[in-house]
Amino acid sequence: MSTTDITLTAVEDSETTPLTPGQIFRKRLFGHTGFLIGASIILLIVLVAIFAPLIAPHDPYVQSLSTRMLPPVWSEGGTWEHILGTDQNGRDYLARLIYGTRVSITIGIGAASVGLVIGVTLGVMAGYFGGWIDHAISFLLTAQLALPGLLLAMALVFIIGPSIWVVIGIVGVLHWTYYLVVTRAATQRIRNLDFVAAAKASGASSRQIIWHEILPNLASAIIVIFTFELGIAILAESSLSFLGVGIQPPTPSWGLMIAEGKQAMFYRPWLVILPGICLFLLVIGANLMGDGLRDITSPEGRNE
Amino acid sequence: MLRYIALRGALALAVAFTVSLAAFLLLNVAGDPAQAIAGEDATPEVIEAIRARYGLDQPLTVRYFEWLGGVLQGDFGESYYWHKPVAELVVDRADETIALALSALSVTILIALPLGALAALNPNSWIDRFALGVAVSAQAVPNFWLGLIMIILFGVMMPIFPVSGDSTWKHFVLPAFVLGASSVPAVMRLTRTGLIEVMGADYIRTARSKGFRGWPLLRRHAMRNALLPVISVLAVQLGQKFGGSVITESIFAINGLGRLALESILGMDIPTVQMLIFVFAIVFVAMNLLADILNAALDPRIRIG
Amino acid sequence: MSLLDIQNLDVTLALPNGPLKAVRDVTLTLEPGESLGIVGESGSGKSMTALALMRLLPRSATCEAKALRFDGQELRDLSDPAFARQIPGPRIGMIFQEPMTSLNPVYTIGRQMTEATVARGLLSEAEARRKAIDLLDRVGIPDPEGRMSQFPHQMSGGQRQRVMIAMTLMLDPELLIADEPTTALDVTVQAQILDLLDDLRRERGMGLILISHDLAVVAERTDRVAVMYLGEMVEQGTAQDVLYRPQHDYTKALLAAIPRLDGPARVPAQVAAAPEVEKVISATNLCREFHSRKGLFGPKKTVRALDDVSLELRRGETLAVIGESGSGKSTLARILLGLDLPDAGDVRMLGRPVLDLPGAERASLVQPVFQDPYTSLNPRRRLSEIIARPLVLRGEGDSASRLAAVKDAMEKVRLPDRLIHAYPSQLSGGQRQRVAIARALITEPEALICDEPTSALDVSVQAQILELLDDLRAKMGLTCLIITHDMAVVHETADRVAVMYQGRVVEEGSARDVLGNPSNDYTARLLAAAPRFGATQEMEAVQ
Repeated sequence: MSTTDITLTAVEDSETTPLTPGQIFRKRLFGHTGFLIGASIILLIVLVAIFAPLIAPHDPYVQSLSTRMLPPVWSEGGTWEHILGTDQNGRDYLARLIYGTRVSITIGIGAASVGLVIGVTLGVMAGYFGGWIDHAISFLLTAQLALPGLLLAMALVFIIGPSIWVVIGIVGVLHWTYYLVVTRAATQRIRNLDFVAAAKASGASSRQIIWHEILPNLASAIIVIFTFELGIAILAESSLSFLGVGIQPPTPSWGLMIAEGKQAMFYRPWLVILPGICLFLLVIGANLMGDGLRDITSPEGRNE
Repeated sequence: MLRYIALRGALALAVAFTVSLAAFLLLNVAGDPAQAIAGEDATPEVIEAIRARYGLDQPLTVRYFEWLGGVLQGDFGESYYWHKPVAELVVDRADETIALALSALSVTILIALPLGALAALNPNSWIDRFALGVAVSAQAVPNFWLGLIMIILFGVMMPIFPVSGDSTWKHFVLPAFVLGASSVPAVMRLTRTGLIEVMGADYIRTARSKGFRGWPLLRRHAMRNALLPVISVLAVQLGQKFGGSVITESIFAINGLGRLALESILGMDIPTVQMLIFVFAIVFVAMNLLADILNAALDPRIRIG
Repeated sequence: MSLLDIQNLDVTLALPNGPLKAVRDVTLTLEPGESLGIVGESGSGKSMTALALMRLLPRSATCEAKALRFDGQELRDLSDPAFARQIPGPRIGMIFQEPMTSLNPVYTIGRQMTEATVARGLLSEAEARRKAIDLLDRVGIPDPEGRMSQFPHQMSGGQRQRVMIAMTLMLDPELLIADEPTTALDVTVQAQILDLLDDLRRERGMGLILISHDLAVVAERTDRVAVMYLGEMVEQGTAQDVLYRPQHDYTKALLAAIPRLDGPARVPAQVAAAPEVEKVISATNLCREFHSRKGLFGPKKTVRALDDVSLELRRGETLAVIGESGSGKSTLARILLGLDLPDAGDVRMLGRPVLDLPGAERASLVQPVFQDPYTSLNPRRRLSEIIARPLVLRGEGDSASRLAAVKDAMEKVRLPDRLIHAYPSQLSGGQRQRVAIARALITEPEALICDEPTSALDVSVQAQILELLDDLRAKMGLTCLIITHDMAVVHETADRVAVMYQGRVVEEGSARDVLGNPSNDYTARLLAAAPRFGATQEMEAVQ
């Protein structure tokens, strides 16, 4: 129920106009601690990925047998030359971690975008047109959910031949259900609102209604899912790489680095711990951002 | 009610059929099985011979229906890699995975339900914040990494539980925790939001206006309503545990279906991979069907249309 | 001794933008067996007062009072568990606005009826069951024994509200609080429920507090009336005094704004009287059925929304279509707007079949105004975009001419210029409805179809919107079709009226004839259920 229109005249003619949705959104954004932390982490990692060649102290691919498995600087035997130590092949670990951001960010954004295109297209179609289209797409959804995603991804990537683009494609194609579920429900709700009926009564076509009336109202939900899917795709890539069916050596991928460090993890635990912490930070950043955006754009923000 | 279950069952069958078709097509279109069996250096003649031997020279649709016909008679084909009937391989290894999945689900339930309920009943309290922290962290931890950290912790620092193998129940404690932890965020969040929603519902206000407060209110009016969505998500999670066993089993050296899956992928053993995908999908579909039936039994709006 | 004695009650809500006093310094008393009406618009604090008494306030709210006495007992001295044991239920019962959601969907009616008495150890299971059946019978539920094993979703809204009433009576409370008990129900059902409450109060000598936004409804059925406005109690007195000798300006304005069946009717539009008038829209023999399934595989259900409906809208007139929910009136509106197609029958606009008209041309003939101004504007678009959208869709003009047209339309509906780049969320409900009207007018259509244009608005705003529509019609010679459930709105706005019941037009004619001398039973029932004030002399003075 509305809480406005309390008075006979006062509200109708009040001179102070409340904030626009954009202003409210920005105000809440900068007041949300979780979102700020998450966004800072993501921003930092994206900057590291972009400027990796400038920041990295060494070439991440250069091997050196004389400096194999040096410990980090704070452990006994560590040097400032290799702040986070070196791996089994004597490559600088910090440089490899820095370059690893590129793999994670590229695959995260790429795969989440592939999923977005598939999921939103299907979701809006199912929600808007309803009927047998909706039934067919819902069936597709049920079937997709039943497929063991990781197993199928492993098999497909391995059979096709692992490369960064294959990983992006396969992970993306297997992660669209969340977009579909949310956009379908939201479209069903919006489709029945009166402003869509008003647009129809003004002669708008289905395409015009979807682009002009429905999609702008889905934008915030889609962004929220995108940030979550970013984290999910990054974890999926690292799992594939860890199992040996994702990114192949010598490319520095955090999941692969953990797999390589596994052999020596009892006496060189940092080889496993450090890339894991990087992954954890990146994904928690994405999730905090998503949680924050969801809080900020939740229905109570619709001024009801 | 019977009609509802029958129709749900039919839908489940249709989904299983579709999934088997999708898996078959994807795996066979993505690569050439004959090439895979023969190895990279094989001559064209050898590949041709293999193709003829395994019937891979037939059109895809013919092969699919042959495979499906076999499946309906319990024949899933022969493993390229192990040279044994696939069904035998799978049955041999299923026990470990079932034990792992069920114990992992118990871990999830034991952590997620109480935490979610406490958070919902005390919104914005320290326990709510703590629960949120657990959810956010558990969601961001790579599962395989959590497994390795457990091995480092328990294998070296405090050797209470064994970190490798599957011979006693103790071997399952760490893998179950690792696999169960991955489902905690989803189940806990749903429990929390579901219970908050129920506690804010009009019928709870009605019960409060009749003088019900505290535990009786929760037990008599909120519990069943709040549990309905949780049942569905638990079924989904249990279904996913089987697929998720790939990582856990390979880290903790459990000789179950997950490890079989990894081995057969690396060995390009397509019949085995195919059957595993099919079996996991069937488990998932069956779990969902079970949840639907349970929901119908508990919710009169479904039971009496 | 008073049954209820509230002194200086304050309720404060902790909102994100700072604390809000929802109730301020409210003092009221109630004698045993007396009935009190609390009236106010949304946000006036009328429900908060009742919730504070029952300790059902939301978590974010706090309440303070000098005294909160029930039957001589100071309620503030009771701990929460003691309060819950003694007061809500056995002493004070409460029923709510939303009958559809106020009963727990997963338990049977019988269990929900009996549990409180049994849990308190007042009656045995069997005694409670017998009492529940008696009470269901008393509140007018047919086959009460069979109903006991049914679930809420198997009953209609009116029946659920009856069950709610019976349920509160299980504990024989001395005071019953009814918070907007009939707002969600149809007019004819509304009257039955209110009569039932009144009868029960007399039978049992209960106190009754009836909370409503509808002054007329309350004044008809209570001994005393209190009027609340912005959290304060601005007026309190006998129903007669408040109704006919209001003291406070707000009460006077509120009374003047209520559409009245016995107020002055509008002067019929001249054009409508001429013999050879042009038919803007004519619909003949419309039929429309809806098939629905519960879920993917549920049994098919067929609802006949329109059954052989014929109707014509003449140039310059205002035609009202009146009916209750489910009468098919909204389906009719959608078909006339071209948003839905009839299964049979045909719609012509200015003599041309609507099926032959392209969307843009149809849009220039007829435009809609919808019920809920909160959903009829796209929240992601600015007013300038929303109002100009029909022009953009028709490809008319450039951005400058469109902006001028928007300004012109906003002036017509009396919206201030400065709002032109605002978003809908920045507007009040009344302002939003003006935007919707401006959007409908921008293509200068022949006719407006207004589907319950004011029923989501508060009474005072409702009067302004109806007045605006009336003005526009007079100035622009607009043809209007107004769909409503409120006989008083028909009386005040319409030249002609068509009464719909279960998908059929059961009566049609000039508003004066139909309202003055209904020939159909259903029309007569609708009329009888509509509240009226009786003597009007004092009212004239107010106006």
